[in-house]
Amino acid sequence: MSLMKRMSLIFRSKANKALDRAEDPRETLDYSYQRQIELLSKVRRGVADVATSRKRVELQANQLEQQSQKLHDQAQKALSMGREDLAREALTRKSGLTGQLSDLKAQQAQLQGEEEKLTLASQRLQAKVESFRTRKETIKATYTAAEAQTKINEAFSGISEEMGDVGMAVQRAEDKTAQMQARAGAIDELISSGALDDASSISRGDDISRELDAMSSQSDVETELAALKAGSGSDQPEAIESGDSATEGQVDAQLEDQPKKEEGQA
Amino acid sequence: MIVRILAEGQWDVSEDHLTELNRLDAEVEAAIEADDEATFATTLAALLDAVRSGGTVLADDSLEESDLILPPADATVDEVRELLNDDGLIPG
Repeated sequence: MSLMKRMSLIFRSKANKALDRAEDPRETLDYSYQRQIELLSKVRRGVADVATSRKRVELQANQLEQQSQKLHDQAQKALSMGREDLAREALTRKSGLTGQLSDLKAQQAQLQGEEEKLTLASQRLQAKVESFRTRKETIKATYTAAEAQTKINEAFSGISEEMGDVGMAVQRAEDKTAQMQARAGAIDELISSGALDDASSISRGDDISRELDAMSSQSDVETELAALKAGSGSDQPEAIESGDSATEGQVDAQLEDQPKKEEGQA
Repeated sequence: MIVRILAEGQWDVSEDHLTELNRLDAEVEAAIEADDEATFATTLAALLDAVRSGGTVLADDSLEESDLILPPADATVDEVRELLNDDGLIPG
């Protein structure tokens, strides 16, 4: 027998088993409606759970992206200071993050997909539950217990199939989310243990940052020293306080010129 | 003829499409029997596409029972095997 047919028979036999439980078939309607409402709230919780997981993964991806960018900047800075070894170290660490990052991106996309599917499932179920409720009230008002059975079967089988489908969708989404949460937990641990964090923590600074900082403060000193040395000479056009009257005259002329320009612009 | 794709919804597919659906369905079944995950994925995708393109979507509030039910698009061979087992994945 075909796959499609076998699957529909399995769903049907589930529905029949559920129907057989009640003595007065009309009670089945209220019992089923109760379960539909429960399932609906379960689906909504499922949507919220998946959304929470997705946000967590997004947050982690952002953190890793920042760290990756920081390592890239560090590599650039190191290279501009002629420290190829440091640049290499920073880029090696960055490449370690790239794999994690693409894994997180894939998870994020998958969770997004689950979230959309469950949201749609919840909308479909909501519409069907509403429709079932109307039919249930009509059946209870119109038919005796004996007459009601066929009508109930009709209303029941459609919603029961939907409940089986939605119930399974929630279960699958939960399983997938649980798997990803375990992996997300591992990344959180990795970040908090400092394996990734160390390389870019602003407060403590990592070894690359420290070395770059040491180098730049060294070079700052040199620059300042050079500027001081230059400032004591008399042939610097930028040195306003040099006492050179010709230079002073130029500066005054520029300053007087300024307001006129501004007026012209205004 | 009402066809349900699990986790997606229901379609009303005209009988004209049945031959095509049966052909694709047989391919999916063969892939399951051969435990061939790659072929299963492509044949299932083709079968589901045939339903989606050949049918019209049922209104959300319809309470119609399906004549045929198909696995979700991202199902694996193992999952379908479990689905076909009566005590398997379907809650209820």
